[in-house]
Amino acid sequence: MQSVTGVSIADETAGPHGQSPLAGDGAGTGRLGDRLFGGAAIGAGAIVVGLVTLIGVFLLSQAIPSLMKNEANFLTSTEWSVGGEHPRFGILRLLWVTVLSSLMALAIAVPIGIAVALFITNYAPKWLSKPAASTVDLLAAVPSIIFGLWGLRVLGPHTDGIQNFLRDNLGWFPLFKETTVGSSTTIFLAGIVLAIMILPIITALSREVFAQTPPTHKEGALALGATKWEMIRTAVLPFGKPGVISAAMLGLGRALGETVAVMILISSLAQGTAFSFSLFDGGETFASKIALGAGEFDTPQKTGAYIAAGLVLFILTFIVNAIARIVIERRKAFTE
Amino acid sequence: MQTIHRRRAAVLLVAAGSLALAGCGSDNNTASSSSSSASGSTNSSSTSGETSSTDAAACPSGTLNAEGSSAQKNAFEEVVTAYNEKCPDLTINYNPTGSGTGIKQFNAGQVDFAGSDSALKTEEKDGVIEVDAAKKRCESDAWNLPMVIGPIAVAYNLDGVDKLVLDAATLAAIFQGEITTWNDPKIAALNDGVTLPSTPIKPFFRSDDSGTTENFTKYLKAAGGDAWAGEPAKSWTGKGEGKEKSSGVADAVKATAGGITYVELSYAKDNALGMAQIDNGSGAVELTSESIGKFIATATADGEGNDLRLKLDYATKEAGAYPIGLVTYEIVCSVNKDAEKQNQIKSFLSFFASSDAQTLIEEIGYAPLPAEVQSKVAAAVEALS
Amino acid sequence: MTAITNDFPRDHSLAEPRDLDLGGKSGGRALKNSIATFVMWAAFAIAVIPLVWILVTVAVKGGHLILDSTWWTNSQQGVTARREGGGAVHAIQGTLIQGLVTALISVPIGVLTAVYLVEYGRGRFARTVSFMVDILTGVPSIVAGLFIYAVFVNAFGFQRSGIFVCFALTLLMIPVVVRSTEEMLKLVPNELREAAYALGVPKWKTIFSVVLPTAFSGIITGVLLGLARVMGETAPLLILGPYTKAIATDLFGGNMATLPTMINQDRDQAVTLPAYDRIWAAALTLILLILLLNLLGRLASRFSKV
Repeated sequence: MQSVTGVSIADETAGPHGQSPLAGDGAGTGRLGDRLFGGAAIGAGAIVVGLVTLIGVFLLSQAIPSLMKNEANFLTSTEWSVGGEHPRFGILRLLWVTVLSSLMALAIAVPIGIAVALFITNYAPKWLSKPAASTVDLLAAVPSIIFGLWGLRVLGPHTDGIQNFLRDNLGWFPLFKETTVGSSTTIFLAGIVLAIMILPIITALSREVFAQTPPTHKEGALALGATKWEMIRTAVLPFGKPGVISAAMLGLGRALGETVAVMILISSLAQGTAFSFSLFDGGETFASKIALGAGEFDTPQKTGAYIAAGLVLFILTFIVNAIARIVIERRKAFTE
Repeated sequence: MQTIHRRRAAVLLVAAGSLALAGCGSDNNTASSSSSSASGSTNSSSTSGETSSTDAAACPSGTLNAEGSSAQKNAFEEVVTAYNEKCPDLTINYNPTGSGTGIKQFNAGQVDFAGSDSALKTEEKDGVIEVDAAKKRCESDAWNLPMVIGPIAVAYNLDGVDKLVLDAATLAAIFQGEITTWNDPKIAALNDGVTLPSTPIKPFFRSDDSGTTENFTKYLKAAGGDAWAGEPAKSWTGKGEGKEKSSGVADAVKATAGGITYVELSYAKDNALGMAQIDNGSGAVELTSESIGKFIATATADGEGNDLRLKLDYATKEAGAYPIGLVTYEIVCSVNKDAEKQNQIKSFLSFFASSDAQTLIEEIGYAPLPAEVQSKVAAAVEALS
Repeated sequence: MTAITNDFPRDHSLAEPRDLDLGGKSGGRALKNSIATFVMWAAFAIAVIPLVWILVTVAVKGGHLILDSTWWTNSQQGVTARREGGGAVHAIQGTLIQGLVTALISVPIGVLTAVYLVEYGRGRFARTVSFMVDILTGVPSIVAGLFIYAVFVNAFGFQRSGIFVCFALTLLMIPVVVRSTEEMLKLVPNELREAAYALGVPKWKTIFSVVLPTAFSGIITGVLLGLARVMGETAPLLILGPYTKAIATDLFGGNMATLPTMINQDRDQAVTLPAYDRIWAAALTLILLILLLNLLGRLASRFSKV
């Protein structure tokens, strides 16, 4: 059922007995039907390639004119004023908030996700393992706007205590420094909610690779007198490591692009607020900035500036996915 | 093979189910209106209108789409509902995406009319002159018709302080982070006999681009003299913490001791927030529909003929005038290529400008148009063709 | 690979470790083992908390509304933020219709791409396609919305309407369909293909009448699950799909309501107003719809077990 998250590793991993994924069978015959059907299949693949290319080209073409007019350094400025004769905008703060909230989500969701996956595959009694898996999958069915509203109205006030505790006691550490944001709607809260949102992705993928640990490895460990935990540490985790890493990357990709929930959750900062590394600061992510600014898309120049931010997000997602792919490829080479 | 049939049956069931669902349902939620068509009356026909001409002029059928200012959303919906009790066959949609977007969509021909918190701009902005773009879209002049007056409350949360007086200079200082505690001498000077706590002031602003922000900063700039450093704009240039939408800032003030924000009156009322009285130079004024009416009455006409753009005098010193508010205009084509569409717009807007509708929106926290403006708007709507 | 049916291979020949008393397990190791077991259970409990919390919140705040029959028969036409009543049928229909059309567009493209990747694709182009599918998985929904808006509304000058929402959702759904279908196709035993080839059946016919039917219900499952994801999308709808309170079922005719836009429209209200209850009820309705789809998906996969 991992497909609820739209990603899969099963296709990249060797089967339990080490056979490689389907090899080319060379059965195509060059008959009309074959050419038509094969052509359609290639065509569909080409559509996908074309769409992604088009999206990239479109983002570039809209963003470049605005970027040319930009009078601030796009990469290092924290300003954001996109209208008028002298637009000055930069993405530094957006990039920081986006990355920080996503990494925090990852830091929470990965350990829990791995543990839940191990629970489902190795610890849960048989009657529980299936329902447990579906339950976690159910989290993926909750729309993001609901996560946002729930985080703001219900969860947020409950995090006041821990946020104040960290601020008061660990305030010397840059990540926990006190900021101008006084309420609970900080990057910290967004990180928690994002963690809940990406948990099903990470769990689903991890449990799939864990489930594919060759039984011989597990039996071997147990036969050598390992406890269950030692068996997991020595057999299951090493086998699943690359899979877990790419699961984390895919979760990261989702967290980076999350729009509506983040927009509802994080407080914005006033222009000119000093840059802070703190988790208790406010701000906008790329996606939430675009959504918040949607009311201002009345001239190509303004729209272009927001699209430039979207472009950076696209590239960021691209890089994260590429890393995930490289990890999977390396694993493939390793197992074959 | 049997299983395949069962599977297909299941799939068919889903499809059939969704189609069945698509076929029923009712738009009729009002007891007083007669039966309305189940299809949502998207496919209007003017045939019924042509047969009885007098009725048709009053009650056309069809769909109108409008978009723009979120400040007028609640007023608009209330008026649409009242209008539909009279004329159930005209479906009117309003999307509160923001004034700028509303004007953009109007100029692009995406919607039939726009709602905006500022009149179409006559000067160039990022290569676009809104008035010209609208003229091009309409192939005639576009008119700004003031329709909804939205008072902006300065809402605060301060235990034990029921009456608070502020003026533009103090507000500017508060929202620029220059005054940081409630017992600051500047605030105390305006509030004789009130014990102010030493609570830190937490200003909240709208993080989304908003006409409310624009009009509030216009007030600060005009009435506060040099106190407000920024230029009036839809995006906030002061200090504080940003919250999304009116509900966001209102909630934040409600939850934060020492919080203060600017928000449409209805949100301050619904959340039972304290509302500051504003000293406009001739005494403290409480926010009532009367005091906001006095403010609007000081506005001067800025347009020609039926283009009723108003120039609000934020710096007014008129006794009893509450000087922070915004006017939402409906932006329409003076001459519409589509006569049927124009008839629908006329029918709806003439109801909107009527005393009935204006009283209705007063009940939910807006202010009615002053009689003089109202009659001008009614005349302008009549002149649409 | 059995993960598709949620059925994890649990090798029953494996004795539970605690039954293996081989001696020599020091107290420390046993303790570590117990701690690990506890941590796993605790992690699962932690994962369940937010889910239950959200479901309870939504059910408590919106449950009473959806029990009212008008919720399922009426639209919001004529209902304002301050009035009670009305229903969500307009939004439910919009969500279902847009979901159906999105599926109709993305399923052929997605399935064919998967067929290409599994049955045909070798070499550089296949790797490119596979990588692009990954990228598409990561395209933020708001960027998908902006893209469709720029192409169809800005460049071609169309009116915003439901069909363009479907296009944007298609971008988000294709990768889900490709990935799940790919997996199903790989589950089809090679022996089936070989048997067909041995009988002289051409490749396309083998795929069409042997491979695809075998994987049919699995594909359906993937599609339904992908649908579940796009039906809850909000961001592209903010840009492309203007809301209406009336029932509108015409994808090409302007405004159309969906559950996410209904929630978005009503959420900017004071908590005390009736409109605020309706957003939780709409949320509950949306979750129930998605659950129903999940159940259908599960049902389909059950039937597929031959």
